[in-house]
Amino acid sequence: MRIPRTLIVGGIIVAAICILAAIGPWITPFEPDAFAVRERLLPPSTAHWFGTDEFGRDVFSRVLAGAHHSLLMGFGATALSLTIGVPLGMIAAFRRGWTEEVIMRGVDLMISIPPVLLGLLILAVTDPGLLKTMIAVGLVYVPIMTRVSRAVALGLLAEDFVEAARARGEGAYHILAREILPNAWPPLIVETSLRITFAILLGSALSFLGLGPQPPDSEWGLMIAESRPFISEAPWIGLAPGLCLCFLLISVNVVGEGLRDLLDPRLRGRGHG
Amino acid sequence: MAGFLLRRFASVVFVLWAMTVLVFAIVHILPGSVAHMILGEYATEAAIAALEERLGLNQPLYVQYWHWFTGLLRGDFGVSLTMDRPAAPLILESLGKSAILAGISIVLVAIIGIALGIHSATHVGTWSDRGLTLMQYFFIAVPEFFWCILVILFFAVWLGWLPATGYSPISEAGILGWARHLILPVATLVLGLIAHISRLVRSSMLEAIESRYVLAARAKGLPERIVLRRHALPNALLPAITILAVDIGILIGGIVVVESVFAYPGLGRMLIYAIDNQDIPLMMGGMIVITTIYALANLVADILYAVLNPRIRVSGSAG
Repeated sequence: MRIPRTLIVGGIIVAAICILAAIGPWITPFEPDAFAVRERLLPPSTAHWFGTDEFGRDVFSRVLAGAHHSLLMGFGATALSLTIGVPLGMIAAFRRGWTEEVIMRGVDLMISIPPVLLGLLILAVTDPGLLKTMIAVGLVYVPIMTRVSRAVALGLLAEDFVEAARARGEGAYHILAREILPNAWPPLIVETSLRITFAILLGSALSFLGLGPQPPDSEWGLMIAESRPFISEAPWIGLAPGLCLCFLLISVNVVGEGLRDLLDPRLRGRGHG
Repeated sequence: MAGFLLRRFASVVFVLWAMTVLVFAIVHILPGSVAHMILGEYATEAAIAALEERLGLNQPLYVQYWHWFTGLLRGDFGVSLTMDRPAAPLILESLGKSAILAGISIVLVAIIGIALGIHSATHVGTWSDRGLTLMQYFFIAVPEFFWCILVILFFAVWLGWLPATGYSPISEAGILGWARHLILPVATLVLGLIAHISRLVRSSMLEAIESRYVLAARAKGLPERIVLRRHALPNALLPAITILAVDIGILIGGIVVVESVFAYPGLGRMLIYAIDNQDIPLMMGGMIVITTIYALANLVADILYAVLNPRIRVSGSAG
């Protein structure tokens, strides 16, 4: 199997971003929350790479210190939707009958709410925060994961090796965990990698709307929202986190498409979904 | 066909009913008392009891749900807590404003997206195709709320051509003033969706062009223009209908964001206002109206799909 070049390049970039985000809070050149009244709204310079904001805080330090939020929302939420969605989908495929009916009708129901709205609904009545936003985004994508893993499992359940396991008298758990799951990974990984982009997008959009981490936190969506009153005086306050977010999204997307090329060449050239 | 329509319609009714249960349950069962949230941390016990009495919050949940649900059926969405006015007219008025945004956007997305997709598919490998593909890649990856910032910065702050925020009715500002306020929000809404649709149309059009029936049509000696228009295009556009329905869901999310950035007085901004101010009746009403519209849009898309492609009778919803 030849590894696509885009996957290698994208993988290195995403890994670098992850490392930067992980050590970010400790290597900021300035204190991300320190006010400096004399240094308000300074344009980018060699001292302040991304300029300073309305409180004189260094935007570069804030972007660096806030990077982990987007990653946590993207990867954490997707992990959550996997841990709930995959077992649900597999059980639906294995049990059929009314179990499947109940699970899949629930999925239909969740899918008939537009994603942003479902996120808003979950976050509307609780106090906002990083963890809650992550959970909300994760729940939004549970139904899609359930659908995908059910479809994958249905296909695999018709295979001979499952028949053999059944003939050996193996139980449901063994068949799902030992026979189906290891073979279901490639399509699930492809779906997961594409979901991460959407999860980052949705999480930062919810933060932008004020339903994520709260000030003085420096989540990127929140930073962009806070920069709006200063858009004409100091556009760098919003541009810096925005461009970083775009860079992150494009890198994750490149990895996703690379994985798709590697694991499922049949899917090449298909549209987004 | 009648059976398919009936089944599909019944499932929409079921989904909408289940949605009222879900919205009600999430709002009322999640930890935290509604009265507490409205009055703040330092409210006295008496004030909370009085408000709960006024809102009927001291009644059992199923009674509250029944009141709310039967009210919805009569078109009564309760009274907005912060504005002290019936919620239904408020929701209806802002829905009209959002419908303008959504309508213009959907038409533009359908026309421009499909046209660009066809152009790319019939000009594979040329500069315009490669340029479009690259642009689509970027347009899909840039978050909507960041697009808002970029277009405001460019067209309103630097060039000064268009107003950054607000809305002016035709009666006050005339058609031109009205349209000037719409350009930036609509542009922000459609960019990502056009990229999405055109990518899909491109690949389904390419699939159609390589198919046997197109080969047969060419072998008959039909001119290329007719082969594309009569044989390839209709088949290539079928998946676009399903995707357009999915995109309406994305569009609704986009409208929430775009309206709150551009201070456009639509349903999305109202919803965020209701959430920020814990205006529960307004929030629940807005949620129900938006999901109803989304469900109906999906229903229309499914019917269109079935009408245009009688070979396939899909039973599930598009997702």
